[in-house]
Amino acid sequence: MTNRFSFGNGAALLQRLGSVIGLLLLLIALSVLSPDFLNAGNLLTVLRQVSINALIAFGMTFVILAGGIDLSVGAILAFTGAITAGVMASGHGMLLAIGAGLGLGLLLGVINGVLVSWGRVAPFIATLGTMTLLRGLTLSYTQGQPIGVSNNSFALLGDGYIAHLIPNPVVWMFGVFLLCAFLLRGTVFGRHVFALGGNEEAARLSGVRINAMKLGVYGLSGLLSAFAGIVLTSRLYSAQATAGSGYELDAIAAVVLGGTSLAGGRGWLFGTLVGALLIGFLNNGLNLLGVSSFYQQVVKGAVILIAVLLDRRK
Amino acid sequence: MRKFELLAVSALTLLAAACSQQGPADSSAPSAASSSAPAAAAGKTIGLALSTQNNPFFVALKDGAQKEAAVDGYTLTVVDAQDDPAKQISSVEDLIQKKVSVILLNPTDSSALAGAVKEANNAHIPVITLDRSVDGGQVVTHIASDNVAGGDDAAKFLIKALDNKGNVIELQGVPGTSAARDRGEGFDDGIKGSGLKIIAQQPANFDRAQGLSVTENLLQGHPDVQAIFAQNDEMALGAVRALDGAKRANVLVVGFDGTPDGIQAVKDGKIAAIVAQQPQLIGQLGVKSAKSVIDGQTVEAKISVPLKLVTKDNAQ
Repeated sequence: MTNRFSFGNGAALLQRLGSVIGLLLLLIALSVLSPDFLNAGNLLTVLRQVSINALIAFGMTFVILAGGIDLSVGAILAFTGAITAGVMASGHGMLLAIGAGLGLGLLLGVINGVLVSWGRVAPFIATLGTMTLLRGLTLSYTQGQPIGVSNNSFALLGDGYIAHLIPNPVVWMFGVFLLCAFLLRGTVFGRHVFALGGNEEAARLSGVRINAMKLGVYGLSGLLSAFAGIVLTSRLYSAQATAGSGYELDAIAAVVLGGTSLAGGRGWLFGTLVGALLIGFLNNGLNLLGVSSFYQQVVKGAVILIAVLLDRRK
Repeated sequence: MRKFELLAVSALTLLAAACSQQGPADSSAPSAASSSAPAAAAGKTIGLALSTQNNPFFVALKDGAQKEAAVDGYTLTVVDAQDDPAKQISSVEDLIQKKVSVILLNPTDSSALAGAVKEANNAHIPVITLDRSVDGGQVVTHIASDNVAGGDDAAKFLIKALDNKGNVIELQGVPGTSAARDRGEGFDDGIKGSGLKIIAQQPANFDRAQGLSVTENLLQGHPDVQAIFAQNDEMALGAVRALDGAKRANVLVVGFDGTPDGIQAVKDGKIAAIVAQQPQLIGQLGVKSAKSVIDGQTVEAKISVPLKLVTKDNAQ
């Protein structure tokens, strides 16, 4: 039983470190291959580039650890981003707009949770449904056009810097990481997430409130997707009708690359951060090396396949 | 287990390195050529950030840019945003980190890319926009088709083809876009003062299905029509379907863009003429202007790329 929980034994820890070693190797290789790679400017640029995916992937980690999957994250990002921009465009203040976006994201995530728990719909199908529904709502709300944002303080959220150096999205990413890591490791909620994904029946018998837990993890995923949507809207000075297409797959890839098992019950949040960085550095490095964008997709696909193969071997 | 992972990552890194050296599709200067390139161009890299390669128009633009870059042995690094503005910002940042000499930007969206242009400005890398413009930051020049002149070409064609007499329906693009505005302006001004009359104007949002339904409705309300001007090929193809359904084969249709489907319809005699853009030329002029910027010459703040009238006689 203890093996199923977060701590595991020494061998499991070594296995997990595979993704960290992979990231270090990639960093070394790129430093050797490209003269423009290893400098503070580029590293901060990559951190900012991965922040959106990382924010979504942190929420996705909880869902996957609890034995589920959330395909609606990209659609929630687009819809909440559009609503946030829309609230500001109709003359309201930035705080109300952000509150509306975050509240809506939480609500949409909870709806996913209700479908999966009381509705007994398979997570893949339930979130596929909400994804399609929200994509349609976003297109009809925006009429397919970007909604511009002219609020300067709002623009700082995604485009500003701390001390003229650290991009704000990077601060959000590490802040949310610390909060989520505490939630996962330091609270009963976190322990129950592992228990739920490890063996739902056993968790039920030992008193875990299964349905409430599912509302919690999908709600968290929705909330973080909305936060990512707000940061992205700020960064783009506009909400895009088709924003976040395919982001669900990037987030799942980050979680899996980080060594969290798609079967649930086994994994760690730090791995997800490493996975997101792996994808980000791979994108950045391939661009710096001038690799054709067609081959970039081949390389990324191969990396994900290898990670999943490794997951199967564990 | 860990050995396997190490092996996998090293193999991928090697693969990436191999791709970067060959880069057959996207890197126009082969490694051998770049070492023997003229001194002025040696080591000079131009970055091209495309909105998407999932559209023949932008692939043609890239081809034109690559051919022009290869002439003097410049290296062209192409990044593709797959129509995602966030991804395009990242790729522009990567080009900045790569310290390319000039960035050719074909934005996915005018508002979203302003921040990326400002970042390039801060890094003192000149930016040239292609096809779509950007709402913020400093660009050296904007290169795009002259849509106003194209609209005028369409008007002139119809005036001649109809012997300066008849009624015209105009299918408009997405309201508020620069393409719809400029094409409409050129066409309306061209028709003004002639014997032709625009009896109806309605948006069909650059969409084939809407072009079909809007034309069907307009034909009901305005049966006496001799020509239809559509602000893009997709709407023109929709109008052709509506005319087929209403058995009105004698109505002349004029499209805009020159997509493969549109050109085929010209060859088949379904569309009378298309005002065709020249994406290859846009890419070529982009790289030419970049070379001028690198050589320290001044370039015009706006470069209009001429359009070409395609009829059955010159369609290919």
